[in-house]
Amino acid sequence: MATDWRVGAITRAMLPVLLALTLVEVGSGLVLGSFEAQLLASPSLLVLVPVTIGTAGNLGSVLAARLSTAVHLGTVEFEPGDETLAGNAVATVALALTVFPVVGLGAWGLATLTTGARLGPVTVLTVAVTSGFLLSLLAVLVTGVTTYVAYRLELDPDDVVIPVVTNVCDVLGVVVLFVVVAVLV
Amino acid sequence: MSVREAARAAYREGLPALAASVGGGLLAGVVLGGMRGDFARVDGLLVLVPALLATRGNVYGSLGARVATGLHQGLVEPRVGADRRLGGAVAAALLNGLLASCFAATATFLVLSGLGRTVASVWTLVAIALLAGLLSGVVLAASVVLVVFAGYRRGYNPDTLVGPIVTTAGDVFGVAFLLLAVRTVLLVGGV
Repeated sequence: MATDWRVGAITRAMLPVLLALTLVEVGSGLVLGSFEAQLLASPSLLVLVPVTIGTAGNLGSVLAARLSTAVHLGTVEFEPGDETLAGNAVATVALALTVFPVVGLGAWGLATLTTGARLGPVTVLTVAVTSGFLLSLLAVLVTGVTTYVAYRLELDPDDVVIPVVTNVCDVLGVVVLFVVVAVLV
Repeated sequence: MSVREAARAAYREGLPALAASVGGGLLAGVVLGGMRGDFARVDGLLVLVPALLATRGNVYGSLGARVATGLHQGLVEPRVGADRRLGGAVAAALLNGLLASCFAATATFLVLSGLGRTVASVWTLVAIALLAGLLSGVVLAASVVLVVFAGYRRGYNPDTLVGPIVTTAGDVFGVAFLLLAVRTVLLVGGV
């Protein structure tokens, strides 16, 4: 796997998936576009959007990269009791609960400094941590399933898993954030 | 390795890079907030943003993962210019990044036109996407390769570095070069 590093070979492996994911992201953009007025009305939520989506994608991509290499090296078994699998899943949720409080307070603080925040710090913090927790669970699920499918179909996880996980987390990030905002704000 | 040990190792390796990416993401959010005037001038640009930023992550994340796996397997040396494989991987990343950016701009134009929404000309969107893609691509390819090599030589696991580096650099450079590309295209095109 992954020993042919010529431009043509990499492009053939990568481009179809890349173009499909680009269409998914355009869909994500349409969701964002439909909430544009609400975002502009609450500057701290606007600042929260890229960092929430990016951090969710990161949680997934770190997990995906670790699992991909474990697959390459043959050190992971796709069973519920596998220590590598379970340990990485636990770490992903713990990482989310560590960084999302910083994300929430950071977004509120920066919005206050630049454009002026309309929402209070506790509201923005609650929105960030709730979204982050839900997104970390979804990131584990999406990464596990995608790595397993790539492994069973004998696709190179490096070409397939990270792009799929990151893009699905992007779209889920937009959707989860607005569900949480609709419920909590 | 027990679950607890595996979790602790993954957490410790993930946290510093993830914390750095939070900083980058917040910075990108502030820059995006400053581009509200540009979004008003170029209809469809906001819809295009997730696709353009994701393309950076997709293409250069894949490049980083490929280089990281190559280092693990002993396929590449952690030095620039040591191996023609690395050049092939970088050229493929740039080519695919530009193709996806162009595709995203065209798709955004077609979808918004189909929905009957106001949208800038397809040439404006494609020009912005290509210029932003080229500028950020060159910077990101160099950043990813150099940081993964430097991290590997100092004993960090390159896998844990790649995702956060690409997302952090991708968000910050992606938004910064998008701003530059929009202003340049508007200036040259006189839109």
